[in-house]
Amino acid sequence: MAEIRNYTLNFGPQHPAAHGVLRLILELDGEVIERADPHIGLLHRGTEKLIESKPYNQSIGYMDRLDYVSMMCNEHAYVMAIEKMLNLDVPERAKYIRVMFDEITRILNHLMWLGTHGLDVGAMSIFLYAFRERERLIDCYEAVSGSRMHATYYRPGGVYRDLPDKMPKYLKSKLRSNKDLDKMNQDRQGSLLDFIDNFTKTFPSSIKQYDDLLTNNRIWKQRLVNIGIVSANRAKQLGFTGAMLRGSGVAWDLRKNQPYSVYDKLEFDIPVGVTGDCYDRYLVRMEEMRQSNRIIKQCVDWLRSNPGPVMSSNLKVSPPNRGDMKGDMESLIHHFKLFTEGYCLPEGEVYSAIEHPKGEFGIYLISDGANKPYRVKIRAPGFPHLASMDEMSRGHMLSDVVTIIGTQDIVFGEIDR
Amino acid sequence: MINLKEQLIEEFGVNSIAENYNEITLTVESSSIVETCLKLRDRFSFDILIDLCGVDYSTFGSSDWQGSASSTGFSRARKKQEPKTKFSKRFAVVYHLLSVSNNNRVRVKSFVDEAEPIINSVTGIWSSADWYEREAFDLMGILFENHTDLRRILTDYGFKGHPLRKDFPLIGEVEMRYDEVLGRVVYEPVSIEPNINVPRVIRDK
Repeated sequence: MAEIRNYTLNFGPQHPAAHGVLRLILELDGEVIERADPHIGLLHRGTEKLIESKPYNQSIGYMDRLDYVSMMCNEHAYVMAIEKMLNLDVPERAKYIRVMFDEITRILNHLMWLGTHGLDVGAMSIFLYAFRERERLIDCYEAVSGSRMHATYYRPGGVYRDLPDKMPKYLKSKLRSNKDLDKMNQDRQGSLLDFIDNFTKTFPSSIKQYDDLLTNNRIWKQRLVNIGIVSANRAKQLGFTGAMLRGSGVAWDLRKNQPYSVYDKLEFDIPVGVTGDCYDRYLVRMEEMRQSNRIIKQCVDWLRSNPGPVMSSNLKVSPPNRGDMKGDMESLIHHFKLFTEGYCLPEGEVYSAIEHPKGEFGIYLISDGANKPYRVKIRAPGFPHLASMDEMSRGHMLSDVVTIIGTQDIVFGEIDR
Repeated sequence: MINLKEQLIEEFGVNSIAENYNEITLTVESSSIVETCLKLRDRFSFDILIDLCGVDYSTFGSSDWQGSASSTGFSRARKKQEPKTKFSKRFAVVYHLLSVSNNNRVRVKSFVDEAEPIINSVTGIWSSADWYEREAFDLMGILFENHTDLRRILTDYGFKGHPLRKDFPLIGEVEMRYDEVLGRVVYEPVSIEPNINVPRVIRDK
């Protein structure tokens, strides 16, 4: 009889289903996973070390590059840590803008997850549909910050600037007819808020479309139901947060349980799974998108009727008015000091966490009183999720590994830091 | 929150508890970390280990910008000052715990010596500690006793040193290039010089 041995397979780092640069060493018994050993760090850029060498404001940009599909949420945790230490008051309007963009970011992240998760298990068209809506939201990012991905829009004390009055339009081109152009610019006639408002009206029908494509799809269910089951107790043991924890039936959401910003003034529900398999996590995230849409709608309504400042008037952290600088010595000094040296934080340490689309994203900041952080630890939600890969995939088939990577919503920018 | 603080004081003594920015920090001896964590998990129901990290306190409170202005101008800020610190032990391991059932958080801190940066592993208490401890070992060089698989995690295969230690240069120690003659990638000591663009200053409030 032939000798039967376990087979060790190298998966990634150059594999489209590895979501970036995941390298998995899989030990297989036939097609069944015996052990999975993820090798991470191929995208390690030393963010925490770099942050130690820069004044506080210059590190906001690094936050965008952590989880590069939910940029503004990362910034939020970082600026909140600084505000907590400085005891800064943030204008109400800035808080609403932040929450609105946090939720836009959540939809962006979940659409990305849905599209790639679909691709991983063989549903091609969902990716294209998801990116159709993503494009519109990315345009909101661009309208407000000038950048499609790495916004650097949140600042300690508020946001960089108020929402624009005009939504940028597509320009005339040889490649498209006037009729097409008018159609493309149809919802861009008003302000950014009009555009977002319009989005919240049409988005439910888009979710319905994804729903029709996947939820009762036989292949989708065959690939997801009963795959990667995690019980509520194990989920806590493994350090799960966000949709991974809620999928296992634990109703835990920082927006509800430890509300920050203005989440306590908004109405939304927290979806919870039952069995804790990949399909439940899919349903939880789908419902989260609907709830985010609700929150965005409430923020739009509030922002329409409440104009006001969007940045703290504390000149130690916010740049002075450009006009003032021309005539006022004090403003000029403030401007100079802010952009050369930055500001000092009092000695101490804080931990600030937000409900990031992937789970709890936290910043542990230690200051020794200098203008640069002494130590910043970034608590990335994906890190413990990926650590559970071995446990989640054990006993499953090789093809299910791909489903599990998809359901964990892995992004290497944040895991490798 | 206040309730939790009182309970913790009752259990661990008033000297080990501090509260700042509405966050409770519990400082314990490194020898009793497992015992403390077990108590926190079972009696205070801190069921999730949210985060674990190492901190190097060796240059705490020192700045680049010291002494009087000189004719050499800006270069004075580029010279590294002698490190000073008020901490007697160099490293700390910091645990962030979350209780889902009671909806509160606590931070546990334990200092370890430079000569013997060893602390007991808490992987038996929370499974999520596994990778976090590997990370703290990799980046900070803290050893975790009874950890079953203490390998490097984030840095390159064959990497030397612990990058988040304060004496590890920002630009690293080696650079990599492809050698035509040898036909492979070679590592060499870095050829660039470290530079400080914005000096580190501490302004008294």
